[in-house]
Amino acid sequence: MKALNHDSDTVLEMRNITKIYSNGFVANNDITFSVRRGEIHGLMGENGAGKTTLMKVLFGLEKPEKGQIILNGQEVHIDNPLQALEYGIGMVHQHFMLVGSLTVAENMVLGLEPKNGLLFDYKRAVRETEEISRRFNLPIDANAIVNDISVGMKQRLEILKILYRGAKILLLDEPTAVLTPQETTELFKQLKHLRDQGYTIVFISHKLGEVKELCDRITVLRRGEVVGTADIDDVTELDISRMMVGKDVDLNIEKEEAKPGKTILRVRNLNYTNLFGKKALNNLSFDLRQGEILGVAGVEGNGQTELSEILSGLLVPDSGEVRIKGEPINNMSIRDIRLTNTSLIHEDRMIYGASADQTIVENIIADRYFQKGYNSKGFLNKKYNYDNTRELIKEYQIACDGPEARISTLSGGNIQKVVAAREFSSQPELLIVSQPTRGIDVGAAELIRQKMISLRDRHRTAILLFSADLTELLTMSDGIIVLYNGEIVAYFPDVKRINEEILGKYMLGLEKQSPEEIGGVVHEN
Amino acid sequence: MSDLLSMVFTADFLGSVIRMSTPILFVALAALVGSKADVLCIAYEGIMLFAAFGGVVGSAYTGTVTGGLLLGLLLGMILIGIFAYFVLYLHTRPLLIGLALNILGSAGTVFGLYMLTGSKANSTKLGSLTFPELHIPLIEDIPVLGTVLSGHNILTYVAFLSIFIVHVFIYRTGLGLRIRAVGESPKAAASLGIDVNRTKFIALLISGVLASMGGIFLSMAYLPYFTRDMTAGRGFIGIAAESLGGGKPLLTGIWILIFGAADAIGNLAQSFRLPSQFAQMAPYLTTLIGLVLINVFREKKKVNR
Repeated sequence: MKALNHDSDTVLEMRNITKIYSNGFVANNDITFSVRRGEIHGLMGENGAGKTTLMKVLFGLEKPEKGQIILNGQEVHIDNPLQALEYGIGMVHQHFMLVGSLTVAENMVLGLEPKNGLLFDYKRAVRETEEISRRFNLPIDANAIVNDISVGMKQRLEILKILYRGAKILLLDEPTAVLTPQETTELFKQLKHLRDQGYTIVFISHKLGEVKELCDRITVLRRGEVVGTADIDDVTELDISRMMVGKDVDLNIEKEEAKPGKTILRVRNLNYTNLFGKKALNNLSFDLRQGEILGVAGVEGNGQTELSEILSGLLVPDSGEVRIKGEPINNMSIRDIRLTNTSLIHEDRMIYGASADQTIVENIIADRYFQKGYNSKGFLNKKYNYDNTRELIKEYQIACDGPEARISTLSGGNIQKVVAAREFSSQPELLIVSQPTRGIDVGAAELIRQKMISLRDRHRTAILLFSADLTELLTMSDGIIVLYNGEIVAYFPDVKRINEEILGKYMLGLEKQSPEEIGGVVHEN
Repeated sequence: MSDLLSMVFTADFLGSVIRMSTPILFVALAALVGSKADVLCIAYEGIMLFAAFGGVVGSAYTGTVTGGLLLGLLLGMILIGIFAYFVLYLHTRPLLIGLALNILGSAGTVFGLYMLTGSKANSTKLGSLTFPELHIPLIEDIPVLGTVLSGHNILTYVAFLSIFIVHVFIYRTGLGLRIRAVGESPKAAASLGIDVNRTKFIALLISGVLASMGGIFLSMAYLPYFTRDMTAGRGFIGIAAESLGGGKPLLTGIWILIFGAADAIGNLAQSFRLPSQFAQMAPYLTTLIGLVLINVFREKKKVNR
């Protein structure tokens, strides 16, 4: 670690930044952080560690209580994003800041529209878009409507937008969270290219592997404070994760051999054609048994979302049969499905998992308010519900002000803990869970994983686990099926005998098992 | 009934369609600019009444049409300014402040009228002025077309011209682009340094000018004086027409002509001794049918996709 003050390469320094939110939460506590010209600097930390807040301070979106920003040796005051851009600092937000119905070129020049007399000069906007896209070797269709382009393209547009505005320092807030692996690879290539042209990049992430691959240096935050700064070559992934959580992350979850019982979920010849006429699921058959975690692997867009939504009752299949404990679910409402003692965690937690404007207690009772105990004679049983929720808050270590805290005041990890607390506490016989730990901090992820293992062992819950995180799939699952193009292309009854590499080959469609091997996942005829 | 039908297909009738369309066209364009900025202003009734009243008073006391135009616009702008301030800066629900302003528009103008004339019904005593009619040379002399297109009040031409002006403004100017951006994704616009509230405020003021023009047309062209509640729901019909037009100026213009025709048929029906209730009902019935049809169609389209 070097002294921060006398580094001639330093292009940007933030000194003693303290940011306290109006609810009293100290997001940044005396943070000092510096970036060198032409480096990719990883800003790491768990959810809620203060990474995004620090970058918002730098971009003029948040006003710190204390602290200085020094740019090229001069102290600067940044009160709004426009000023930040004037100083050459641009930010790509976690959620894209694009106007969907406008074209790429219109989004590019918005706020700086080229004029032709009184009118907006659209042709020049297109020309300038094409020019900047060529200059940075980031091809994009200037005339496309933003709603029609891929997520990777949208991100490219965001990067181009800030380059167009003259940014020399790029702040990227978890840019890979929404990308497919291929798009991520492409993005990294682009970012390295930009770095080689002298641009400085701050890369916010909590994915160890990505940071290790991309960054030159890292700064790790924990609970609003700087843990340390290091050259990437001097630290291992284990070092970084230790800095992030303050303890070693144990992905090697303790777990006994599964003892599968009778079939709980039975899927036969399931077919589904999506809105675009693509066959999303092609003749899927499998069984899921008591006390077993069956992982579903696949590159995003190969049918996982459709499968999980059919099983949850959100989509209706073209043909085929799904039975839970022998009962066909075709005519069941979502509540009927839940009443078979099934719990569901959707991959989109802010839409299907939690209601942001409601309190924790309201979210917890959402699936059970109509049951005895939670209400009596049509009135909610307040004390019972609050006591229950308080216990769950404790059990799931949800950091909050109490049962009445609104979901929107919680961090992503804590929101997911609320969702998990609701879905797990009903002691389900069947649990269908998608991306349970996506985008949340390591601590919360670990707790949720432990809880799932304990459901399997204590309640013999049958768990169908959809996850894009292969390490998670391989540690959590007992068996794994691989989806490719809407088909099951592989079934591995014993996860211990495979690894990421083997899974990858099947996920990318390079290999396919024989029908007999795949048929192994049908346990009952 | 056949007499009624035969009267529908005359040049006079088509001319009256255009005349009846004028005030709702102004409002619909006002609603369009507002909806692009994602603000549903339901105060257009009140704004139009204020503007109509202001036009009469202004022209009567200055003795000039311009005086009427200016006072009418000023009063309309004050009302939409209040609306914008409450909605954008005090975060009042648009529905509540809109209702309040409509009631203020209705009652306030009657109060003003009574103070100035002693009458609670109309302003005939004031002797206000009207905008002139415009006879277009050459076109005027073409048989049927001349009757349909020429000889309207100058504000009617302004209204139809406004379709294109609004189209160009929304889709071809920098401010129009910004209004669309703040309406659709305010956060994205703000992240580029666009002042969202200010942009919406400007959009609403422009919307207010258009709606005020509709009000001024009513008392300085359609009728030569102000009568209480003379907007008769046109402020709402304009909003409906905008919604049917899907936010597109040209399509909105076409819907306006349909509403104008309904209005005109209603008037005609009166002279054929059909119940006057039918006449008064026609525009609203058309609105309702139009809304049902277009939304059924849109839902179908959604499903098919």
